[in-house]
Amino acid sequence: MDLSAINPILLIAAMIAAATPILLAAIGELVVERAGVLNLGVEGMMITGAVCGFIITVNTGSPTIGFIAAAVGGAVLSLLFAFLTQVALANQVASGLALTLFGLGLSALMGQSYVGIKPPRTETTPLGPLADIPVIGPIVFGHDLIVYLGLAIVAATWAVLTFTRVGLVLRAVGENHDAAHALGYKVKRIRTLAILFGGACAGLGGAYISLIRVPQWTEGMTAGVGWIALALVVFASWKPWRVLLGAYLFGGITQLQLNLQGAGVAIPVEYLAMSPYVVTIIVLVILSADKSRAPGSLGRTFHASG
Amino acid sequence: MIRIEARPQPSALMAYATPVLAVVLTMIFGGVLFAVLGKDPLEAIATIFWEPIFGEFAFFYRPQLLIKGAPLVLIAIGLALGFRAGIWNIGAEGQYIVGAICGAGAGLAFYPTESVLIFPLMVLAGALGGWAWAMIPAVLKVKFGTNEILVSLMLVYVAEQLLASMSLGLLKNPEGFGFPGSRNLQQYGSAHNAEIIAGTGMHWGVVAALIAVIFAYVLLTRHRLGFAIRVTGEAPRAAKFGGVNPARLVLFCLGMSGLLAGLAGMFEVSGPSGQISIDFNVGYGFTAIIVAFLGRLNPLGIVAAGLLMALTYIGGDIAQSQLGLPAAAIQVFQGMLLFFLLALDVLTNYRVRFGTAEVA
Repeated sequence: MDLSAINPILLIAAMIAAATPILLAAIGELVVERAGVLNLGVEGMMITGAVCGFIITVNTGSPTIGFIAAAVGGAVLSLLFAFLTQVALANQVASGLALTLFGLGLSALMGQSYVGIKPPRTETTPLGPLADIPVIGPIVFGHDLIVYLGLAIVAATWAVLTFTRVGLVLRAVGENHDAAHALGYKVKRIRTLAILFGGACAGLGGAYISLIRVPQWTEGMTAGVGWIALALVVFASWKPWRVLLGAYLFGGITQLQLNLQGAGVAIPVEYLAMSPYVVTIIVLVILSADKSRAPGSLGRTFHASG
Repeated sequence: MIRIEARPQPSALMAYATPVLAVVLTMIFGGVLFAVLGKDPLEAIATIFWEPIFGEFAFFYRPQLLIKGAPLVLIAIGLALGFRAGIWNIGAEGQYIVGAICGAGAGLAFYPTESVLIFPLMVLAGALGGWAWAMIPAVLKVKFGTNEILVSLMLVYVAEQLLASMSLGLLKNPEGFGFPGSRNLQQYGSAHNAEIIAGTGMHWGVVAALIAVIFAYVLLTRHRLGFAIRVTGEAPRAAKFGGVNPARLVLFCLGMSGLLAGLAGMFEVSGPSGQISIDFNVGYGFTAIIVAFLGRLNPLGIVAAGLLMALTYIGGDIAQSQLGLPAAAIQVFQGMLLFFLLALDVLTNYRVRFGTAEVA
């Protein structure tokens, strides 16, 4: 075992990168749940985004176009969920599971001829001399654009939900859809838009894994990150900034266990690899005592005549 | 203008018609998918649904129907009990793995002793393993109100790591020349879940699945507990006033589905699969979710759905080797089926009306 092989500065920088996919998926799901919809298909949308982003990036050579394609891919898949739950009034839990199962299969099918290819590198943001500052430079300024985009989305989500009319309407729909409907708001339209936003964010998060974190395509490569993101929304009590905190915590654990594996700690690799999931369960247990923050209409089907 | 209107009573006709309709629609859209992949859609559909039962080599494939159907039915029966009560165990894959590890472990502990008691002991260990794994989300839900969906799913990933650790460590075959994986239970008489009637695919897992179906049917239609499950799912408030203890229901439903999934894993590892290895699990725990819904959460329906799903697995394998259809295409096909099923369900509880809405 050689713990000195772990460079704390690089570790923290890597933790931030490891947190980004979870952060993106979780902030998208947060908006969906604030609108009163429980979409358990995050994992399916992430993996679809991962494969869409990968294919487009390899074919066009441009990670930017790839990330846009990933967001579109995730959103298109989420449209299926929106159709099932908002038009066909299907059970949200079952529809979400269907989305995940379908997404895993679809992505495996789409990506089968892309296994083993290396995608073009995504450049870090050119922040010039800022990145050369010791300690702070690599941690804060040495990342690719998506990391900053994730932070911007969190800030924007917080601002929109807290200070704008749009946010107020979205929250009203989530808290009590019958009252919102009575006030004349288009419950289904608002929810569909929220679901699309969630899908796009999950797609971006997935592409971050396949294009930057790994970077390669393998079947089922999101390995439960989408489910961790779902747990994170509960952890965060449906508050944007707490999602950020939680994502860094989980990203940190994921990265730390990888580094410990690399350093050859005496714990078997398999038990280290379990740790992010076990920690998720423990955190859920600690935090599930307080359910009062959950949106009032979460998971309930809305039908105007009923 | 199309709008949907709630039916005063769910349509009994539609409840039976929608699964059939969903299968037909899946065949049509699946055909389109296969055409996009450059395969002849009719040939692909025929290969998947016709070849295994009536084709030239049907004598080889028909037993597979029972071998692949049994774990699906066994797991789906347990899941359906919970789903009916609004208790969502989606970690059956994990319980299946742990059941297999415990079952195989109990058998291998006695290697190479031969005794008739070993196999029953393994069955017990497998059932207990699956039950215990499902009790984690159950107890956490009852004690702390933790979401059982997330916990049971997280435990799948934990179980997969545990499986890897077992096949590389504790249960690794000491005479396996360093390859990962346990001893092959098929070569250990007392622990082998052999076919009861040779050449039929009928092994003890099939028997267990049949018992589970009968048990679930009686429970749901004739027993007080089954009534409590149904009321809780359809009207949770009424169930509360009726004196149903929700905590006990959670413990029972999750425990039962874990137990059955554990049994399925144990019968698989001691029979068709033979050994604990890193890639032992093939997603039965997740496919069983589709089976449960396709069977309308009804024990008899689940038998039909399980056999149909087993057929797509076998047919998918044949299509893979004969037509070069990718394995993932079958996964998409199965996912599609669940989509159509959920989308068509609206017809059971709602009526579709054409024309403009009247002004109230």
